[in-house]
Amino acid sequence: MSAVLERRDVVRRLLADRGDDLAVVAGLGSSAYDVAAAGGHPLDFCLWGAMGGAAMIGLGLAIARPELHVAVITGDGEALMGMGALATIGARKPANLTIVVLDNALYGETGGQASHTGLGTDLVAVAAACGFAWSRRVTDEAGVAALAGQLRAGGGAGFASVSVSAREVQRVLPGRDGVEMKNRFRAALGLPGF
Amino acid sequence: MSAADAVIPWQDALFETLRAADIRQFAYVPDAGHAHVIRRAHATDGIAAYPLTTEEEGVASVSGAWLGGQRAVLLMQSSGVGNCINMLSLVQSCRFPLLALITMRGEWAEFNPWQVPMSRATQGTLELMGVDVRRVDQPALVVPEVEAAIEDVFTGGNAVAVLLGQRLIGRKRWVK
Repeated sequence: MSAVLERRDVVRRLLADRGDDLAVVAGLGSSAYDVAAAGGHPLDFCLWGAMGGAAMIGLGLAIARPELHVAVITGDGEALMGMGALATIGARKPANLTIVVLDNALYGETGGQASHTGLGTDLVAVAAACGFAWSRRVTDEAGVAALAGQLRAGGGAGFASVSVSAREVQRVLPGRDGVEMKNRFRAALGLPGF
Repeated sequence: MSAADAVIPWQDALFETLRAADIRQFAYVPDAGHAHVIRRAHATDGIAAYPLTTEEEGVASVSGAWLGGQRAVLLMQSSGVGNCINMLSLVQSCRFPLLALITMRGEWAEFNPWQVPMSRATQGTLELMGVDVRRVDQPALVVPEVEAAIEDVFTGGNAVAVLLGQRLIGRKRWVK
């Protein structure tokens, strides 16, 4: 299967017209750059580390704010490192949480080594087996458009693996000050600092 | 009744302390010493209690809870502390408040020698990753220590682990 979708375009389209009721947790590396390139929003939480933790940050947030829609946008390598989180989320089934994996089947930050999704692991099947309300692969523009609508539909927990090109794109770096990002995020929800 | 079902009085007081502090998420990898608190958390409206497949998941989820404005607690046994090391960089880099209650294994009347290495490394591991460590070995001190930790975490913005000594839990019966 040859991927035709470009990750930067996919994320831009997923986050266009997002409103103020969608929070985004971005996994470290290219996914965080993609979310930053989509324009930046106070309800973006872009990781520079904590590999394997993006989905679980999303779970804690989704439980805390049931009225908010939460999208975790991450890469296949980051999702694989925290694959047990799919079992934890599947057991909990938060309706307002969607995990979106931008799957290029390789570790892009470290030289393009093949990841497990290119070596046989089917994350869509894993999420389905863990009890997600829906789980599917996205391979074309129509699928991206449908996924954009589902991020704020409340029908989750949802999981999408978007097959994307392995082509490298320009880095757009989000802020690296975690404390500032946390405080900005909380302020956008009307919460006090620290 | 198994050891995990027996209620030790400080465990009930501990749950009431956590509830009174408005802690709304209980993320846990089970341990017999936490069994009663876990049971009560699951049975309480307004509290989300959820099992983790590995302890580091909980470091991330309690941070997410705080992003959304909820207080959360992470429950584990000492063997799980090593699983958290890199994820604790999230807590340190973003200065997330972290409250972890850790039941000790491998330090007192321990039948299983495989529990000992991580037990010996528990306090040092947490401190290396910027988590303050307190210890409780007397039942009467559990509540005051946890109350102080709650203040330091959610008002002071710190990361605190309270180690609940194996003496508090008592001997594990291996032959039933």
